[in-house]
Amino acid sequence: MAYLEYKNVGISGLAAAVPGNIIDNYKYTTYFDTESVKEVVDKIGIKERRFADKDTCASDLCFAAADKLLTDMNIDRTEIDLLVFVSQTPDYKMPATSIILQHRLNLSKSAIAFDVNMGCSGFIYGLSTVYSYMQQHGFRKALLLDGETRSKVYSPKDRNTAFLFGDAGVAALIEKDEKYEESIFSLNSDGSRGNLIMIHAGGYRNPSSIETLKEKVIDEHGNIRSDEQAYMNGPDVFNFLIREVPKDVKNTLEYAETDKESIDYFVFHQANDYINSYLAKKLKLDKDKIPMSIEKFGNTSSVSIPLTIATELQDKLDEKRKVLLCGFGVGLSWATAILNFKNCHISELVEI
Amino acid sequence: MEEKFINLLKEILEIEDRELDLKDEFRHYPEWDSLGYLELIAMLDEEFEVSIENDDFGKLITLEDLINEVKNRMDNN
Repeated sequence: MAYLEYKNVGISGLAAAVPGNIIDNYKYTTYFDTESVKEVVDKIGIKERRFADKDTCASDLCFAAADKLLTDMNIDRTEIDLLVFVSQTPDYKMPATSIILQHRLNLSKSAIAFDVNMGCSGFIYGLSTVYSYMQQHGFRKALLLDGETRSKVYSPKDRNTAFLFGDAGVAALIEKDEKYEESIFSLNSDGSRGNLIMIHAGGYRNPSSIETLKEKVIDEHGNIRSDEQAYMNGPDVFNFLIREVPKDVKNTLEYAETDKESIDYFVFHQANDYINSYLAKKLKLDKDKIPMSIEKFGNTSSVSIPLTIATELQDKLDEKRKVLLCGFGVGLSWATAILNFKNCHISELVEI
Repeated sequence: MEEKFINLLKEILEIEDRELDLKDEFRHYPEWDSLGYLELIAMLDEEFEVSIENDDFGKLITLEDLINEVKNRMDNN
């Protein structure tokens, strides 16, 4: 098994942006009755979510977060040599959204910009990519932007997924400094389970057509979605991740020659409260070390890890902290990272 | 193992008012739903260290089928 190791690079600042439109999950009853909604919402622990309006894209949320971060930290934008945008809800199929953001953010034309198409493990993949580039001598600063509008991806008429997903965007500034010491990443893939979370049509394998846009009843429970809306086989994803995720966390701790007692915070992908509680129990982790934002924002895919740091660990990352990040989901893809934070600036949450 | 399994299943589905029969089709229990299914997956992992993926699980009809499948998988662990 391969691990990635980097020295003296870290996250110096973080900002998050969410849509101002709050969805009260208990009142999300257009297609389902109040009582069954309450039962589901209690179980998944997602009380509120944020939904972007039709004109707001993941890139707009990231732009707002990045603009706030760069202004708050008084960063000279010409010093940003790299911009990576992580998302599966880009503005267009082409060009890459990162390049549009390079221009909108007024970054230099010599800046490198590209997209990373990953879901719930995406922030860790993006971070490892940025850390890797930052090992180069000339690189000064990098921006990792991670945004999702998953509310636009799932059918509100499919009970399996209707109550889970929300929208958000973050911006992380990455810089070199000896205070960050060593970071370790474990990145994993299982394409044999690609069909467990999938948007079947609308790409080039199954191009968009009148047929793929039609809403269809998909099961005996009367759930409805089109082939261009996302499908998730929740039970099998759960089956898989309760086996693989604890293993990866343990292996990464072992490789890093550390233990769970030495970790100050464990930041997991916010899938739902039931899954996260089960993982914490299985790994025998202290709940006080596990910040959670699921109740307020739902599952925002790759954004959920940095969003949780930005909203739950504000003022807690001034002193040196060792933090374990763990993301898992669509792909299937899962990733664990152990990093150090010190004097990390966290901006106030932006609402747009 | 059978008794332990049945007691745990009753616990996660919150069935308190009756005994379960091996011939029961467990999906027909009024307490059975998708969240109960997640609870069952967690219980199989935690208590029996087995997992049954959806396609195989779909073939199990009665409580007896389910228990036998868990036993088989425990033997193969």
